Amino acid sequence: MDEFINLKETELRLGLPGTENVCEEKETVSCCNNSNKRALPSGSENETESSTRKTETSPPRKAQIVGWPPVRSYRIKNNIQTKKNETDHEVQGSYVKVSMDGAPYLRKIDPSCYKGYSELLKALEVMFKFSVGEYFEREGYKGSDFVPTYEDKDGDWMLVGDVPWEMFLCTCKRLRIMKGSEAKGLGCGV
Amino acid sequence: MTEEEDSSAKMSEDVKRYLKLDPRSSSAATSEPPCSSSSSSSASALANKSRNFKSFEPPCPDHVLENVLENVLQFLTSRCDRNAVSLVCRSWWRVEAQTRFEVFIGNCYSLSPVRLTHRFTRVRSLVLKGKPRFADFNLMPRNWGAQFAPWVAATAKAYPWLEKVHLKRMFVTDDDLALLAESFPGFKDLTLVCCEGFGTSGIAVVANKCRQLKVLDLLESEVTDDEVDWLSCFPAGETHLESLSFDCVESPISFNALEELVVRSPFLKKLRTNRFVSLEELHRLMVRAPQLTSLGTGSFSPDNVLQGEQEPDYAAAFRACKSISCLSGFRDLTPEYLPAISPVCANLTSLNFSYANISPDMLKPIIRNCHNIRVFWALDSICDEGLQAVAATCKELRELRVFPFDPREDSEGPISGVGLQAISEGCRKLESILYFCQRMTNGAVTAMSENCPQLTVFRLCIMGRHRPDHVTGKPMDDGFGAIVKNCKKLTRLAVSGLLTDEAFSYIGEYGKLIRTLSVAFAGNSDRALRYVLEGCPKLQKLEIRDSPFGDVGLRSGMHRYCNMRFVWLSSCVLSRGGCREVAHALPNVVVEVFGSDDDDDDDTVTGDYVETLYLYRSLDGPRKDAPKFVTIL
Repeated sequence: MDEFINLKETELRLGLPGTENVCEEKETVSCCNNSNKRALPSGSENETESSTRKTETSPPRKAQIVGWPPVRSYRIKNNIQTKKNETDHEVQGSYVKVSMDGAPYLRKIDPSCYKGYSELLKALEVMFKFSVGEYFEREGYKGSDFVPTYEDKDGDWMLVGDVPWEMFLCTCKRLRIMKGSEAKGLGCGV
Repeated sequence: MTEEEDSSAKMSEDVKRYLKLDPRSSSAATSEPPCSSSSSSSASALANKSRNFKSFEPPCPDHVLENVLENVLQFLTSRCDRNAVSLVCRSWWRVEAQTRFEVFIGNCYSLSPVRLTHRFTRVRSLVLKGKPRFADFNLMPRNWGAQFAPWVAATAKAYPWLEKVHLKRMFVTDDDLALLAESFPGFKDLTLVCCEGFGTSGIAVVANKCRQLKVLDLLESEVTDDEVDWLSCFPAGETHLESLSFDCVESPISFNALEELVVRSPFLKKLRTNRFVSLEELHRLMVRAPQLTSLGTGSFSPDNVLQGEQEPDYAAAFRACKSISCLSGFRDLTPEYLPAISPVCANLTSLNFSYANISPDMLKPIIRNCHNIRVFWALDSICDEGLQAVAATCKELRELRVFPFDPREDSEGPISGVGLQAISEGCRKLESILYFCQRMTNGAVTAMSENCPQLTVFRLCIMGRHRPDHVTGKPMDDGFGAIVKNCKKLTRLAVSGLLTDEAFSYIGEYGKLIRTLSVAFAGNSDRALRYVLEGCPKLQKLEIRDSPFGDVGLRSGMHRYCNMRFVWLSSCVLSRGGCREVAHALPNVVVEVFGSDDDDDDDTVTGDYVETLYLYRSLDGPRKDAPKFVTIL
């Protein structure tokens, strides 16, 4: 019951509401900003919530009143837990979600289990029963309807293999194996 | 959680049936001819009978009458009817006491355990409630009281055949549970709602020793993790378990033990697992128990991936559980798996999504099949759009609860009067609503009052304090006024937003059936409190916080407090003197004052300002177990 008020949640800050501490911590990880990002169609699941929060200006939060609103502490804890699980993009030793267009279920994998891209891609091929074609630095993947992509910590969708493996491990939030016409449009421009 | 049943002023069907009962049908049959005046009430028939008895000198007229009564009273289950019966005369009081098997105590401090065991000698079922509701929101210091210990000690001696204990907001220790498990060989049903003070070791003892156990329901309680594998403590062999709920237990469990338990519990109908049960594990449980009617789904998220394995067919498992009518859980939902529940949607009467951040797009494909839903709980992440989808399909909806995903005052609110209005238009049979939002309009609230005449419970929480109608800028008086005026069956009301004394004048004028009223940050003056205390004859539970009510308002309710369960006033403008006045005037009412911290000693004793007043009627005077920080005036 004493943990009812998560101190971070009620902290009075001058920062804008909605900015996640998690993101701030991630900034300190030195992964260089890759400005050479391919133009990828934006993922449909991309939450635009965080971007709208950054643009709106709100007054600083009022100090919280004890027991108001009247929501029992276990519910508040549960919500905090849910929020954390959703925005959790810790990398080391942690899992990222993998989805494939057309497949009704998704998987979770730990990319750091693999030594490099070829191992990762092989594992994905086995998991989802598809084949990935050949990777070309300029043109992307050829020879297959399926294209492996990932969302990086900036929210951009990248082609798997574009960045060095270590950087990929740092920045990959989740994976998506695109299929069909969406995939065809990729990799042709820089 | 069951709310106590309300009994209206007119007699219930049970009593009517009793009064029409033909005296011939009693077991103490005599050779007397049936009474000719059978069309009049049986009161005169009974009178005839006792007259005839006198002239025949039967062994003991009172005895015979008591036998008759005993046989008749067993049909009376409503405690309000029983209370009425017990007031007729001493003999009836005695017989009623001997035939009451289920006792309900709404406030554990309203009487002592000794009084209970002296009056009622054959109790099989005990329902006991402790702390007032505002304790849930950290407004009451820890260790205030409501211990189960004296009750279990007294009942252990007096009622060896006790079968059911249902506790709400009580402090229960592991020792209490151990004593319970050892004292009642026929124990069948333990339900703990919003309780604390015990851990998995106490649960383990109950599991192990209560061999007849049918129900073990831990709901919204705090259970400490004693690292005991309590699921393994159920004895071997077939169990009698019908309901097992442990979704509030925040500690991992041994899944194998759970699975084995489910396998040997053929009567299990309700199973609510905690979030440490993964989707794969849930699948295994469902396959073993297709007879389940109520399922708490645990995390609803697959475990860390077992790579290369075939994914289980979750939809098939749901299809196989043809009897599921109640679904909850989804504690760590992976959205892609939600469609797996589709096969049971058409049969669902109760759906609880209030632990999952479900968007409108996730909700819509599910809810459009839920035609039979009567109870729906969700987070406001479903947005007004989700509520519109509910309104479009769920025509049988009786109870709706929408909780905030982001329970802060200044957060953006995804739901509003739009959703409320949609629900009111689509769900005409609505009886109970709890709605958290950031902004609301009088128009939407009025619409609900007009569209949903069956409402008995209306609880609206506009999270921003003192927020007016966000369209007109006016107070929310008219909206709540419409509710009390149009919803003629209303028994429970919680108000919020900017409210003046006028709102309370409406409540006093129209809220004639209201039993529970919750007020926060509302009203202008003592008149508001007076309106309510003078106007609402059925008021039993009054809980108020942070409102400008003082001694004058408090005094205006003197005539009522003996007939109420409790009154709570915190962060108002009461003085010690005012509270003491009430205490002196009403000897049957216990008046407690305390602060919000349990280490306030000297300040609260000498200061005049009263932070919290909690008063309640009691047959046995002030309690002896009050902690230091509580002063009983």
